[in-house]
Amino acid sequence: MKIVLEHLTKKFPSRNKKSRGEVIAVNDFSFEIPDGRLIGLLGPSGCGKSTTLNLICGLQKPTGGKIFFGEDDVTDLPPEHRGVGLVFQNYALYPHLTVKQNITFPLENLRGAEKLTKAEMERRAYDAARLVQLEELMDRRPGELSGGQQQRVAIARALVKTPRVLLLDEPLSNLDARLRLQTREEIRRIQKQTQITTIFVTHDQDEAMSISDLIVVMKEGVVQQIGMPQEVYDNPVNLFVAKFLGTPPINVFRGTVRDGMLYIGKDAVLAVKGAADQEVFAGIRPEGFLLQEDGPLHCALNRIEVMGRDISVVSSHECCEAPAVRSIINAENIVDTSSKTVRFAVRPHKLFLFRKETGERIPFTVE
Amino acid sequence: MEKQNRKGWLYLLPAFIFLGVFMIYPLVDVFVYSFEEGYNSASQTFYDTGMYNYSYVLHDPYFLQAVKNTFILVVITVPVSTGLALLISLALSSIRPLKELFQTVYFLPYVTNTLAVGLVFMILFKKTAYSDGLVNLLIHWFGGSSVDFIDGPYWAKMFVLCFYTVWVVMPFKILILTSALASVNQVYYNAARVDGTSRFRIFRKITLPMISPTVFYLIITGFIGAFKAYSDAVALFGTNLNAAEMNTIVGYVYDMLYGDSGGYPSYASAAAILLFAIVLTITCINLLVSRSHVHYS
Repeated sequence: MKIVLEHLTKKFPSRNKKSRGEVIAVNDFSFEIPDGRLIGLLGPSGCGKSTTLNLICGLQKPTGGKIFFGEDDVTDLPPEHRGVGLVFQNYALYPHLTVKQNITFPLENLRGAEKLTKAEMERRAYDAARLVQLEELMDRRPGELSGGQQQRVAIARALVKTPRVLLLDEPLSNLDARLRLQTREEIRRIQKQTQITTIFVTHDQDEAMSISDLIVVMKEGVVQQIGMPQEVYDNPVNLFVAKFLGTPPINVFRGTVRDGMLYIGKDAVLAVKGAADQEVFAGIRPEGFLLQEDGPLHCALNRIEVMGRDISVVSSHECCEAPAVRSIINAENIVDTSSKTVRFAVRPHKLFLFRKETGERIPFTVE
Repeated sequence: MEKQNRKGWLYLLPAFIFLGVFMIYPLVDVFVYSFEEGYNSASQTFYDTGMYNYSYVLHDPYFLQAVKNTFILVVITVPVSTGLALLISLALSSIRPLKELFQTVYFLPYVTNTLAVGLVFMILFKKTAYSDGLVNLLIHWFGGSSVDFIDGPYWAKMFVLCFYTVWVVMPFKILILTSALASVNQVYYNAARVDGTSRFRIFRKITLPMISPTVFYLIITGFIGAFKAYSDAVALFGTNLNAAEMNTIVGYVYDMLYGDSGGYPSYASAAAILLFAIVLTITCINLLVSRSHVHYS
């Protein structure tokens, strides 16, 4: 089921009674989500991603715009008629019911022509439980399960009605690091197996990048960029997106473009053809640095962090926005730790230029 | 460790002394008196020991009347007041405008003096030479004939007593239930909404189990409170409750000690012990029944 959002807008009245303004949680969101894909809604907290999810599932009504599931306009439908499954951040499992009762709960709500027999409910519940590998735990109560197991019960409960759309709100935020890795694989597997269009909300770019077919980066209610994870990472439209994606984060330098040459401090770092003369922010991905004895970028060497496969060179530069410049280079390189300075060359496609005022991307070509 | 222990007991001592002198000792004493025939508190003498006090009390028509009244009161007022309080607090928690106003209105009876409320009920129900009371006016208006609620037939008096009791105990229950309802996490309701759960099913399957410990608490304290009813009856029917056929068990105990027929501490003790046995039994039954219906998280 494809989902189409048309100029979706949600405004909340301001909490501050004196100022009569409104908070715009979602601002003019238009997007077509292709059928059967896993979409990651990504952004810092308060960027409107959870609100977007609530609008799609129907728990909140949009101030403006329309939502379509396939060809159906569902904008004014209540959640139960939309055919959505929702997994809440804290799972919202009913604590007084067993796992089985929790999973069958949505089925027992079906009335009229959709009403199921007891046996049919049981069969469907076990199907859902098998999908998330929970058959063994059907008679436990949520309080007797681990966080990861509760998560799986919540997914089974959302899937048992075979929804047209599966929505997950911060599905991994309550799990510990190891379980998080495992569960995100699990979500990917379940989504692949069921082929249900799935949207999940997260503030963790790692999570979004690793399992999504498409990611949507949001900031203050406005969609910044939509694309395949690698594409967004390699080609950010603005400074915000560039900074938000990637660990360790991108290194941002204050620089100047003069006569088609990018200067960071006194160092002439890269020839950037097509960029007009101006003050810029230059973002360089950590993996965009190359150790070179005659490299153009001079940095003060702070320390080396060994990470096994790679080494991380931590240095500093007066023009860098952050106190440390982090670069990741192949461990085969040998760094002279006694030296006070380290010199880098820059991989051109790992360097992005942004306008100083707006943070917009400045295109350039490399010779 | 040993020293720590002794210190702990030392800190508990003041409370123990007070509880011992003013709670435990009197309780034991009452138990002892209930087996001493014709105990006289002035001379501290008695004739004999045995079951005679119990036998007397159990054959006393006034006591049997009091037991009957108390049971009717309990059986009617506990379910009615708890049920009504639940309905009202559900309504209160689902409205937004004027919510505070209604909460205050429903809580007012709690801060009003029992006897003052009794007076208001007199005006509502009592038949005097000048007026039949407000309720009778209403009955007339609907074409009925007037009923004397205060000095009239038994059922009319019992109706007023139950009405009064329900009205007096409800505010506290509403207060407790509204806060219990407010403490149910909204996320469960959202989950239920997404699954298209009907309102009745949400109430039965989610709300009720979630607030079941509170409801159970209110039922237990409601039972105990109703068994100990006395002042309500006095407020409505005056101190001569035996004559009005409106006595309660506690009223009977009080009359045996201080009333017109007063001066019988032995009978009073026996009646008090019987009341204790009844309340204990009912509470145990409550606890047993609750085990399968109350969900503690």
